[in-house]
Amino acid sequence: MTISRVPVPNPLGILLELTHRCPLHCPYCSNPLELDKRSAEIDTATVLRVLDEAADLGILHVHLSGGEPTARRDIVEITAKCASTGLYSNLITSGVGAALALLPALAGAGLDHVQLSLQGTTPMQADKIAGLKGSYDAKMKFAAEVDRLGLALTVNAVIHRGNIGEVKGFIEKAIELGARRLEVAHTQYYGWAYKNRAALMPARPEVEQSIRIVEAARERLSGKLVIDMVVPDYYAQRPKACAGGWGRKFMNVSPNGRVLPCHAAESIPGLEFWRVQEHSLGDIWQNSPAFNAYRGTAWMPEPCQSCDRKELDWGGCRCQALALLGDASLTDPACGKSPFHKRIEALAASEAAETAPPDYIYRGPSQTAAREPEDVLP
Amino acid sequence: MSAMNELTASAVPRLPRGVRLHFDKVRQAHVLLAPERAFNIGDTAVMVLKLVDGSRTIASIAAELAAQFDVDPAVIERDIIVMLGDLRGKRVVET
Repeated sequence: MTISRVPVPNPLGILLELTHRCPLHCPYCSNPLELDKRSAEIDTATVLRVLDEAADLGILHVHLSGGEPTARRDIVEITAKCASTGLYSNLITSGVGAALALLPALAGAGLDHVQLSLQGTTPMQADKIAGLKGSYDAKMKFAAEVDRLGLALTVNAVIHRGNIGEVKGFIEKAIELGARRLEVAHTQYYGWAYKNRAALMPARPEVEQSIRIVEAARERLSGKLVIDMVVPDYYAQRPKACAGGWGRKFMNVSPNGRVLPCHAAESIPGLEFWRVQEHSLGDIWQNSPAFNAYRGTAWMPEPCQSCDRKELDWGGCRCQALALLGDASLTDPACGKSPFHKRIEALAASEAAETAPPDYIYRGPSQTAAREPEDVLP
Repeated sequence: MSAMNELTASAVPRLPRGVRLHFDKVRQAHVLLAPERAFNIGDTAVMVLKLVDGSRTIASIAAELAAQFDVDPAVIERDIIVMLGDLRGKRVVET
């Protein structure tokens, strides 16, 4: 590989969505409405080849995700491959299902880090959000096993109307579980989460309060717990540089092998995604039409084009421009400079102001409440 | 302000599990890999971090580097305390 001829900086991270199968049915799930089927998932040999290509391309972090990545039988082999190629492996898991039993083998294979999702800080509420009874208790057992094995732990808490009052509780829980890092991630409204937006959208005062709590805790807990925060962009002034800028740092492989510039990019019609079955990762990074569609700044409309933050925000999020405005090539309306920003803010405020928000819409036909564990077969 | 005390020369720093020094062949540079983060590490810091092994004290790391480069250990020690203190605040070095 002739690295010196690469016209764009090499990517730093790759997220492998190894499967869309998941025992949890969180209403905030950002995976697409239509999930890839198990029979379409890329096989072990392909995953291992992709990891070799990732290491050659200078990728540093590999995020093993899904769905629930431990639902794949080859997860230990995949983790061992990360270790042997020097790639930093991060298991992004619900901690439910096969995860607990597999953890010692994963640690033995050289897993670098575990990111465990928590939906709440009490069983009843967490299980309601996860759509599965017993899930909270399973997560607590899993976290204890992470600690016993001495693995590095991050707790990920996706925040929304149903748990925004518990940010303090999440911080305390993260410390109690021995996490060194906590993600307080306000829901991003993509995929399934977009469908549930009216049920999930918090009010602005609660959002501001949650930010104050995190900022105070960061100072108090410096050196003990790192807290990263993803702010809810409907209320933001500046958009997030989605994936660090389109085609700048990050690649995402869907369960069936399509390589995406961001997690939700398949929602954009007309983009041509290449698959790892037919192309090498390096070829896709440089030449795939989807990666080049919004790379750099040439594609940008106003107000991005004349904005002094255009190489910081990179126009914000294409998927959000599409979802909210019907056109992926417009400035992300999360930006205060977008002519549509006020409309988005008003939309969020009116949804949050509903005294009785709608019920969660769970994935799967006819699910209206948390499922019984015996209904969730591996 | 950090809730922690400043590091002392007798402290024994270590890289916790989940944090490791990695040589990036593509970019020809060392990086310190941590959960969701990668820190670019300058040449001096690399020399220090290679001696951070969970058994050497900061004083002994400073003494080794001072002997190697023929400089005042007290100056090096001061720099190491600042550098490792910063990394400890970021939760990628423990003592």
